[in-house]
Amino acid sequence: MILFKLAYKSLLNRRASVLLTLLTIAISVMLLLSIERVRVDAKSSFSNTISGTDLIVGARTGDIQLLLSSVFRIGYTNNGVSWQSYQYITKQRGVKWSIPISLGDSHKGQAVLGTTLDYFKHYRFAKKQPLAFTQGQAFSSINEVVIGSEVASKLAYKIGDEIVISHGMGNTSFHHHDDNPFKVVGILKPTGTPVDKTLHVPLAAIELIHGGGHHDHDHSSHALVGHPKQITAFLMGFDSPLYTLQIRRNINQFKPEPLLAIMPTVTLKELWEMLAIIEKILLLFSFVVVIISLLGMLTTLLANLNQRRRELAILRSVGARPWQLFSLISIESLLTTFLGCLVGCTLFYALMGTTAGYLQSQAGVSINISMLSDYELTLIGVIMAAGFIIGLIPATRAYFYSLSDGMSIKI
Amino acid sequence: MINLENVSFKWHKKAASPTLTIEQLAIDEGEHVFLHGPSGSGKSTLLALLAGINVTTSGQLCVLNQNLSALTNAQRDAFRADHIGYIFQNFNLLPYLTPLENVCLGCQFSKKRQQHVLNQIESLTKEAARLLNALGLEPHFHNQNVATLSIGQQQRVAAARAFIGSPELIIADEPTSALDTQNRESFIKLLFEQAKKSNSTLVFVSHDETLKPLFSRTIDLVNLQGDV
Repeated sequence: MILFKLAYKSLLNRRASVLLTLLTIAISVMLLLSIERVRVDAKSSFSNTISGTDLIVGARTGDIQLLLSSVFRIGYTNNGVSWQSYQYITKQRGVKWSIPISLGDSHKGQAVLGTTLDYFKHYRFAKKQPLAFTQGQAFSSINEVVIGSEVASKLAYKIGDEIVISHGMGNTSFHHHDDNPFKVVGILKPTGTPVDKTLHVPLAAIELIHGGGHHDHDHSSHALVGHPKQITAFLMGFDSPLYTLQIRRNINQFKPEPLLAIMPTVTLKELWEMLAIIEKILLLFSFVVVIISLLGMLTTLLANLNQRRRELAILRSVGARPWQLFSLISIESLLTTFLGCLVGCTLFYALMGTTAGYLQSQAGVSINISMLSDYELTLIGVIMAAGFIIGLIPATRAYFYSLSDGMSIKI
Repeated sequence: MINLENVSFKWHKKAASPTLTIEQLAIDEGEHVFLHGPSGSGKSTLLALLAGINVTTSGQLCVLNQNLSALTNAQRDAFRADHIGYIFQNFNLLPYLTPLENVCLGCQFSKKRQQHVLNQIESLTKEAARLLNALGLEPHFHNQNVATLSIGQQQRVAAARAFIGSPELIIADEPTSALDTQNRESFIKLLFEQAKKSNSTLVFVSHDETLKPLFSRTIDLVNLQGDV
């Protein structure tokens, strides 16, 4: 007990240098935890984006490019799929459902997706969860729009608002379709996927935006009829997963049009493996930061130790055993590491709390601000153990100083 | 109390001649002994032997009828904690403890000395305060930062730490060399007073022969070794 008190008071006495050491440890812990958390959550929100879809079909391009454009709304596809091909393929045996999607338009930087009602019925994310509405319902007329939760909160839209869709991507589109206002009829529940950042309009409306829909507006004939000549891609689900490989092969060898079918789960995994290198480098860097901070602690402890030989001699004179002096120094380093980890965790939660919104909106990574996971606790445990082991070096020196110096003060 | 017979000590086993050789030295219980000699005469070596930091190379050294060379390292540490109070030349105090805590430290590593204090007074802090008062350090200094105390005041705190728990032997290693003549004498008188009260034997080491008249017995380390 007296050793704890001495260690504590001694640390308090050297608070300036101890605080700096503590801070470097805290920052390294924060960095390590943050990188780890973002990595894990990025991976899960990544693989949660789409589920239950057996095949995604688009014009022939790269697997990953098709996945990025159709699911993540990143990049674009040069070609589309003709309506005839879509009709033909989805009439094949074993096809349970299909969702056509048409991308390429935007509203204030948010993607606009043209689709059918099947989208709200069959699209699944995370663990096969369907889309649900916070307010309103799916579109039933050609000039209605269903918006994702983030679109609603970011642009402060509510049911009944009228909005204008522009052609092409980006905020500064030259061509505004001013004459085709859409009415917000539904707001989707948050999903943590790109769906939140998407405006959904009927497929027929896309054609209207681009095609000759500029003539007189007959508001009585706004039913969901008509279809575009081309769609960007379509998602398919089968009666049995056994159909997947065969239909995929058939589509890839489809004669009338060069098409590509991908299995989203497989391509997601490939994509993630490409990103894994970056992830590993980040993790490596944060480990290096931890090591540097612990070496910093070692330096300060060793530098202080020489000045503290007098202190060790005094403690020896009142009867402290060498092993007690060894413990004293060990406790000091352990206490520093422990407090460093504690402060590091606090900083970590503060950082996650302040940046979660940003990460969600900018990177689509939904951060889970929850208790530390077992793995994260293990990481902290490893840091504490490393701090303790490093602390053994000055402690051993203190032990031998106290043996060789005894009570004769060398300074 | 202290008994040395044919003691010799070498720092290294292969050293040609021993650093210290004492044929015979006895100090009785309750004696106040002035041990003096020039630098290099083996004062520090003798103190390290008495405190059980080092062990004699040959011969017998008994403190309180206990042959120190017969004890293990750990036993000698415990023996020192239980029976010996030590005062250094200067810089005696841990800078991060208050004077009161510094005094309490004196019996923190010994159950026996703690018990001894608690048999007489309810807490260590009270005893520490009593000792500090007795040694002339006013209460408002008791919780001050030790760095703000003068050297003379620091030495009083160090003395109180040595006396707490009434150890049988007090070793003072040139405790007055940082003090001026005036302070030196009053400090030594306070030491005597306390030693008498707690019935402790005092071994006072210094190279300053002007202090000689204050002590009842003087041992010249050079003569002591020259006899051999």
